[in-house]
Amino acid sequence: MKLVIAIIQPYKLEEVKGELYKIDVNLITVSEVLGHGRQMGVTEVYRGAKETGNLLRKIRLEIAINDSYLEPTIKAITKGAKTGETGDGKIFVLDLKECVRIRTEERGSVAIG
Amino acid sequence: MINSGDTAWVLVSSALVLLMTPGLAFFYGGMVRRKNMLSILMQCFIVMCVLSVQWVLYGYSLSFAPAKGFWGGFGWLGLNGVGLEPYADYAGTIPHQAFMIFQAMFAIITPALIIGAFAERMKFSAFLLFTILWATFVYDPLCHWVWGMGGWLRNMGALDFAGGTVVHINAGIAALVTALVIGKRKNLDHNAPAPHNLPFVVLGTGLLWFGWFGFNAGSALGANGLAVNAFVVTNTAAAAAGLSWAVIEWVKNGKPTMFGVASGAVAGLVAITPAAGYVSVVPAIVIGLLVSVFCFIAVTVIKPKLGYDDSLDAFGVHCVGGIWGALATGLFASKAVNPAGADGLFFGNPKQLLIQLITVLVTIGYTLVVTFVIYKVVDLLIGVRVGEKEEMMGLDLTQHRERAYTVLE
Repeated sequence: MKLVIAIIQPYKLEEVKGELYKIDVNLITVSEVLGHGRQMGVTEVYRGAKETGNLLRKIRLEIAINDSYLEPTIKAITKGAKTGETGDGKIFVLDLKECVRIRTEERGSVAIG
Repeated sequence: MINSGDTAWVLVSSALVLLMTPGLAFFYGGMVRRKNMLSILMQCFIVMCVLSVQWVLYGYSLSFAPAKGFWGGFGWLGLNGVGLEPYADYAGTIPHQAFMIFQAMFAIITPALIIGAFAERMKFSAFLLFTILWATFVYDPLCHWVWGMGGWLRNMGALDFAGGTVVHINAGIAALVTALVIGKRKNLDHNAPAPHNLPFVVLGTGLLWFGWFGFNAGSALGANGLAVNAFVVTNTAAAAAGLSWAVIEWVKNGKPTMFGVASGAVAGLVAITPAAGYVSVVPAIVIGLLVSVFCFIAVTVIKPKLGYDDSLDAFGVHCVGGIWGALATGLFASKAVNPAGADGLFFGNPKQLLIQLITVLVTIGYTLVVTFVIYKVVDLLIGVRVGEKEEMMGLDLTQHRERAYTVLE
């Protein structure tokens, strides 16, 4: 089992979700986060005062999957989120030790899907 | 002869009607996604700025200077000759400028109503140009025909007390046209966006209801019995329509919603607008109860079936409600309420209904064509729609470099 964490551009969320649905991955957790990598902030202007280098809004996706889904999931996220510009985001893959479905108390890969 | 009571009421009413545009900004703003909140507020506010200036420079003259023609005359450009003495053909007991500034508020809110149709996808620059052209070539002539001295619909005997035709049908049809030609928002298929802040929608509704007393009761242009009649029927119709929408939802969807009651109240206010100075209170209840039925069908059945993306239902509420109001005036109008008006069908004068119908059809036809032409001209000159990436990022950041809300301090 793997846990995929992806940081993407907020405006790419719809496309990434669409790609994930296509490969039957529809159990995802989405949160709004702030952060930055190499990308400089979007310039915002308030009463003439420019603010640059702000923390940027990003979307964080968490997806728990069985191993066979890993490559398709990475491909789907990349396809939906990639523009080729800095700021497209990152995908982190972690080994997942355990998964419990609370309702039934099932454990392991049956509990993921 | 200036009457101080009348003048005070018209000035207060002007302020009430002005407040409707910020009210509309919150009504609409609450319905869009977070990333577009400021764009809606900005569009509403810039309309206040632009049209206030347009109106005193030439809008008032084109609309109200006496003339038989497409526009009014050019004699009142820059308010030349529009002074502090009454102009009896419009209002004999208040300074001419009081009438002028009251009418300015109507000229402001009408183009602002259209914003609901193309929300979340129009370039700000294109919006500005569109609004100025639309005010000049659609609102000003139509206003002249219905309300101006020498206007041909006025001379035909059309009844439009506070702007059902000039304001609501007019803006509603323009909304339909722009929604159709600008096309749907992106990613609507699997994700119809939820309103980002319903409390703002309710706040906006409250401000609109409050301001509408100036809109309708102020249109009596005096502190008199007619104003009181308009005030009472306005409140009654809004209440009946809000109630009616809640009941429809309760029966059809199992639960009444806050959004529904707010939509119903606004529909009721729209529908009573042309009738407010001509009908009594029981017809006002009927007008209110039925308008929610028509508007509910328009936004939940007709809109999905025809597939146009009128984002915030400017057509479904203002045009549909406006048409019903204009026709209802032809049904329920009574000289017992207003001797200067006319009797409607139910008071033995079927001809009035026909006049109302002609006025509605003329408005629809004229606005349809000219709005389409204006849209195409603006599209050709600077392009109306934002790019796909800008639309996904939101208009606040891409058109104004601001955001409405922060995540952290």
